Formats: sequence, structure tokens, C-alpha cells
Amino acid sequence: MKRTLHAIRVGIDRGITGFKHLLLTPSELLSQFIWNGIPLVILFLNRDTVVEGTSISFATVALPGFLGLIVAASAYGPAYYLASDREDGTLLRAKAVPRGIVGYVTGVLTQASLETLFGMLILLVPGVILFGVSANGLVGWLTFVFIVVLGLAASLPTGIVIGSVVKSPRVIGGIGLLVIGGMAAISGIFIPIQELPTWLGWIAQALPTYWIGQGFRFVFLPDAAAALEVGGSWRLPEMVAVLSAWAIGGMLVAPVVLRRMARRASGASVEEARQQALQRMM
Amino acid sequence: MSAMGADLAIDVHGLRMRYGTTDVLHGIDLRVGRGEVVTLLGPNGAGKTTIIEILEGFRGPSAGSVTVLGSDPATADEDWRARVGIVLQSWRDHGKWRVRELLRHLGSFYTPYATADRVRPRPVDDLIETVGLAEQAGQRISTLSGGQRRRLDVAIGIIGRPELLFLDEPTAGFDPEARRDFHDLVHSLSDMEETTILLTTHDLAEAARLADRIVILANGRVVADGTEDELARRVSTQAEVRWSRGDDRFVHSTSDATAFVRELLTEPGAPVIDLEVRRASLEDTYLSLVRRHEGTEADDADGGLERLEGGRP
Repeated sequence: MKRTLHAIRVGIDRGITGFKHLLLTPSELLSQFIWNGIPLVILFLNRDTVVEGTSISFATVALPGFLGLIVAASAYGPAYYLASDREDGTLLRAKAVPRGIVGYVTGVLTQASLETLFGMLILLVPGVILFGVSANGLVGWLTFVFIVVLGLAASLPTGIVIGSVVKSPRVIGGIGLLVIGGMAAISGIFIPIQELPTWLGWIAQALPTYWIGQGFRFVFLPDAAAALEVGGSWRLPEMVAVLSAWAIGGMLVAPVVLRRMARRASGASVEEARQQALQRMM
Repeated sequence: MSAMGADLAIDVHGLRMRYGTTDVLHGIDLRVGRGEVVTLLGPNGAGKTTIIEILEGFRGPSAGSVTVLGSDPATADEDWRARVGIVLQSWRDHGKWRVRELLRHLGSFYTPYATADRVRPRPVDDLIETVGLAEQAGQRISTLSGGQRRRLDVAIGIIGRPELLFLDEPTAGFDPEARRDFHDLVHSLSDMEETTILLTTHDLAEAARLADRIVILANGRVVADGTEDELARRVSTQAEVRWSRGDDRFVHSTSDATAFVRELLTEPGAPVIDLEVRRASLEDTYLSLVRRHEGTEADDADGGLERLEGGRP
């Protein structure tokens, strides 16, 4: 147990180092600002729009939804890292040191969490300044932190499962962005889900994105804005239930598929990937 | 060096490996004593990498019993892992990490496994010095040359001060100087820390320089196992005797060089000069063993492993 805790500590350091590398790599830093800045541009262009039938601005309603999308999209991190680290031999290195996989996975989760928080800040700080978005006092901000943590817990294990089963990081790169785009479209950021076809509404309500956004709306919007939500209420118990279900399900499934995937990693499989990569380059 | 019972670091019986319907290892027996340096020598596709990966616990065997440091690598726990060092063939992993940063990170996994006689991990800066990367210590790994990356691979493999070290083609891509440094390092690991070392190579000179014992593989079988001299004796009982007498040079093949030379020197006539007795070299031995074996097993040459390892030369 003590040795496992040690590996977790080493893994947290690993994640922090990985995040530092991102901050020091101009191209990756830029892409963080671009992806997380897109919502900001959308909000800014619509800064004078108000939600129909209310005096609440579109920006203050949509910003929590975008934050929810960023938290849910944290799943992209472990999915991409696992797929590419398996291919380039990073995972094999982890396998070769004692409790290295524990440390590695902790590192991936730490790094993905830090990147997500960083992405949220890119959106939230200008949001507070430009649109006056704010939580209601200390309790409001603590609630916000709680939902961030719950949202990460719901999303990150799913990323591990996806990263363990897909064949290559290029699949994650392509389909991942489509999935994030799709979630953005149906998760109540632009269109209230009541206006979606019923079946699409149900899909949205089965996924974490909508509920994280809903939680953030509860934190950042006045009570009266609950009228805009399904059933005219914030549905907090439902939010906690759905996100907890994702978190628990993910934490049950992720170790199993991860272990199976890690067991398969070998020098020969890395070599095979290397040969394929060389062929792609030719 | 004899390898008996509890003193064995590696004990393998009847190891078989099959991919689909192709057998790539046909019942390997291998014993390595603690502190021994053993080289697996063989052409590409002989099964060297497969054996090493099974011993490392990265691959499960199809059949046979495998014991490494007292455990079955396929089911060994993570504490076992701390006692085993692996030199991986790196490609592009950890490209953004700096040399010292990565060694410090990977080394820190070993801290809880230090014992009174094995300080773990090895001090990072000493290690960097030892493998000759002092100038690159602060450099990003993606900027290292191929040879420098291999030095880093070796450093990572020994950072936990392993009792048993696996090296799969450790000097591929090394220039002669790096190769000599590496050989010195292997000797010091073996002499100073009693590290057991199993390495694969297809460089004959390297096998002869490093190993206490050489195991030759061909087509998934052990075709020879012994010291350089034993192998040479095994394959060829013939020695070649060369000498000169006056202006004439002579060559004679004999199975009993001692008796022949004694006779020669007592013969009347001009004095014998430039006398030379030469046994088959390791290269002769190796080529002869491999050829003999591959000749009879041409059918196996299309096995899956050959394709994986890029074909035979």
C-alpha cells in the first residue's frame, strides 16, 4: 500500500512535469488558447443578445455550458495519451519500472486535469471580466469546485476506457473532435434541450456534458433562470446521480480494460507501430 | 561458471512460443547463474527478442516453465519488477523530457525498494556521467542522436540498480567508442555489483568480449551453449597448423595439433619458424552451427517472427 501511494505521488509529479512541458511548448500552448478561446469569440460576438422572453444575456447562459463542455472534453486527454503512449513506447517504459503503470495513469489523470483547469481559466477569467459572470459568494464557488471535481471524475475514466480500446491516436484525433463537436451541439449550450427532438434530448441527458453545464448554470445564473431548464428546476439530485453513475461506472471498467491493454504492450508491438509509422511517412 | 539450484537467476525449461500456427520457440532450456553474463546470439528471427520479452514478463509463453529471480515473470508482482532492469529500444517516447528530468522521474519509482546493499535509485548525475551524457543532461530527449538515445536507454535500464539486467541489442547504432564505453560499463556492473546480465546481439565480437557464456539460437532452438572455447571445440575438432621452413610456407589440418607439432619440431631439416596453431574462431563456429541448423529447417524460415523482426540477412 505504502509503495502504491509512493507510485501515485511520483505519478502526480509526472503529470505536473507533463503540464509544464505543455506550457513550455509554444505550439501546444497556442492550441490550448485557440480551442478554449473559440467559445469566448462566440460569446463576444453575441454579447448583446438576450435570451428570448428574459433579460438574461446569452453570454451568461452559454458560458457555463461551454465550461461544462471543457470539463467533459477532459476525457480526450487520457484517450489520446494512452493511445499514443502505447504506440511510441512510453507505456512500455512505465511497465518496466515497479508500479510504473500506477504512476503513469496517475500522471495522465493529473496532466489532463491540469490542462482542463487551465482551459477553463482561459474562458472563465475573461468571462468574469467581460460578462460579469460570477458565483454567489464562497458557497457558490465551493459548489463550482465540487461540480468541477465530480465532472472530471465522470469524464476522465471514460477517456481511459476509450484510449485503451482504440487502435491508434489518429482515431482519437479524428473522431474525438467530432464527438466533442456533437456534444457541444446537443448539450444545451446553443439550444435548450427541450427544443431538440425527444430522442436527441435523451441522449444529451445520458451524457455528462449537459449535466456539468447544468450544474455550472446553477452556480453562475440567478435563481430565476431555473425557469429556462427542463421542468423549470436545476435538478441537482439528478445531476449528482448521473455524474456519479458515470464516475463509478468508469472507475469500475477503466482498470479492467487498462490492465488488459497494458498486459499486451511489448517491445514487439511498439516496433510494429514504428514500422507502420515509417511506412506512413514514405 | 556452473549454475545450480537456488543460485539461478534464470531457469527455463521447455519454453515454447507459438503465434497462430507458427512455432517460433521449440522447447528452449536456459539456465543463467547469479552474477553470470550470458549472450543470446543468433540471426534475426531466431527468437532472441521473444525469449527476452518472455523473461521480462512482457509476453506470456505458450508452454514451458519460466523462473526469473524466483518468480514466474508472467505473474510476478511489482516488487519483483524493482529487481529487474530492462534496456528498451526507444523510439520517440518522452521527447519533451530532458535527460536528467526523465532519469530523476523514472528513478524515483525505485526509492521504496532500496535495501542495505542496493541503494536505489542510482544517483542520477553519477549515472549520467557513467553513460557519457553529461553534456546532454539538460537537453530535450527529442534532440538526442540515435547513439545518445541508446545511452539513455541503458541508463534507464540500470537506474534501479537491478540484480538482473536484460539488454536486447544494446549496442545497435553505437559508434566504436560508445561501444567500448558500453562494454566497460557491462563489465563494471558485473564485477562491482554482481549484476546478472542477459543480452542479445548478432555481433560476434561483442558476444565474445562480454559474455561468460554464449547461447546460440537458430530457428527457435538452442543449438549451442557454452564458453567461446567450448563452442569452438564443439563445432570443430580440427585445428590449422601453419609454419615456414626456409622460404617455404606450409598449412596442415589436424585433429591433434599437439602431437603434430611435436613431430614437426623433431623432424630433421631447416628450422621451423612462424609456427601458428589456430582453432576455429567464434565466427567460424557460429556460422557453421547456424548454417547446419538452418539447412535442415528451411521450412521454419517463413515463421511469423521473421516477419516481425524484419527478415533474415
